[in-house]
Amino acid sequence: MIYKIDIENLNAWFGSKQVLRDITMKIKENMVTAIIGPSGCGKTTLIRCLNRMHELIPGARVTGRVLLDGGDIYGEGVDPVTVRRKIGMVFQKPNPFPMMSIYDNTVAGLKLNGVSDKHRLDETVEKSLKAAHLWDEVKADLEKSGASLSGGQQQRLCIARALAIEPEVILMDEPTSALDPTAASKIEQLIRVLAQDYTVIIVTHNMQQAARVSDCTAFLYLGKLVEYGSTKDLFENPKSELTEKYITGEFG
Amino acid sequence: MVSLAYLALIAALIPLASILVETILRGLSAVSFSFFLEEIPPLGEPGGGIGPAIQGTLIVVALASSIGVPVGVFSGIYLAEFRHARIATVARFLNDVLTNVPSIVLGIFGWTLVVVAIGWSVIAGAIALAIMMIPIVTRTTEEAIRLVPATMREAAIALGVPRWKTTLTVVLSSAKKGIATGILLSVARISGETAPLLLTILGSRFWFSGFTQPTAALPVTVFNFSQSPFRLVDWPRAWGASLILIFIILIINIIVRYATREKYGASNI
Repeated sequence: MIYKIDIENLNAWFGSKQVLRDITMKIKENMVTAIIGPSGCGKTTLIRCLNRMHELIPGARVTGRVLLDGGDIYGEGVDPVTVRRKIGMVFQKPNPFPMMSIYDNTVAGLKLNGVSDKHRLDETVEKSLKAAHLWDEVKADLEKSGASLSGGQQQRLCIARALAIEPEVILMDEPTSALDPTAASKIEQLIRVLAQDYTVIIVTHNMQQAARVSDCTAFLYLGKLVEYGSTKDLFENPKSELTEKYITGEFG
Repeated sequence: MVSLAYLALIAALIPLASILVETILRGLSAVSFSFFLEEIPPLGEPGGGIGPAIQGTLIVVALASSIGVPVGVFSGIYLAEFRHARIATVARFLNDVLTNVPSIVLGIFGWTLVVVAIGWSVIAGAIALAIMMIPIVTRTTEEAIRLVPATMREAAIALGVPRWKTTLTVVLSSAKKGIATGILLSVARISGETAPLLLTILGSRFWFSGFTQPTAALPVTVFNFSQSPFRLVDWPRAWGASLILIFIILIINIIVRYATREKYGASNI
């Protein structure tokens, strides 16, 4: 088994409030890893530490190491911008750029970084939208506003936008929580397909979703990693009493 | 409650409408084709027009904007992006103070800084008006940028776009309507300013003759005509010049509205 990301002794703070405590875990390549836990347990902060988005918040701080293919993304001289090009992110609420067309949204990452080769952009748009299972629905309307799509389509557009910069890892922060069940189920199917080519890490408060889409699951509570293992084991034979209580719905 | 609101609305509209109606009634008789094109006659002399005043206003306002808009917009970006920095807090406070400085003081500033050195000039007027513009543009730019949702900024940053580029592309283009409105407000404000211009460009009856020379401007011309003892000849001209000033401001408004209209119909933000 190959590990893509190796998190070592990760701690994170907002000001003086510590939100992650000594997290150590290894994330497998081309698998879906789910992070579950009650609200405020630090799930979102954990994935935001993986693409160095956490440090953008004033007063936020991180210690520890996060190795991507063996290289520390917090290492000296590492540019967070390059890290973010390798580790893409999809947010909780679909956030296409409202002033851009579907086409421009898809290649926003390339265009904003100065790529203007029309041929390459065209190719990337088609490839990314196909990979996000959106191409057939929008191929005739590429010049329409990204905001004119339905919520589920917008979220797939955001996935296409993340795929267009050819990342190796995709982080998803509760990607279906703002969507209806049909749209959510399409995204879940898509996540399974994406795992063939990408390492996917998904934060979810929905345990059924974690059980359906993920290969491995991590349970976080009060900023600590309580249990981490294969999804099957964690849901069927939880080792920790706390995990068992959480997945059986006693709290959370 | 609703009728009270209507009453308040009417109370607010009466002065506005009466100014407009009065200006049109009294000024329209002075306006003719030659009124736009001819040089300004001496007080009391029939004929002539206000051509140089229109030209002068456009030149002074354009020059003031070319100084004031970039300085104001970039200051606004700085204040919005580094809102917690100590220097930002100080700058924001001073900017608010500057907003409320009486315009005659800015005229004296322009006079001391430029007129004393090179004489009454377009440059002096433009600097005085630019200083008047800067705090308005700075404040509205900062407000407009702060209204851009954080999710928009995060979306771009997560795509590996550097922070400065995110600000200059995604954030600015989301805020452009608000910024354009601020610029428009400040242009409209300085177009009608009289006090700083009296002390800097002096006024003139002739066409523009260089940036270091005095020039005419609409507000100054309105002022001069209105001070004339030859009321039958010159007062209608003052009204006519006011009317044209109002129309210039109206046209600026329309241009900005047209230029910043939403590409995809209703606003999505």
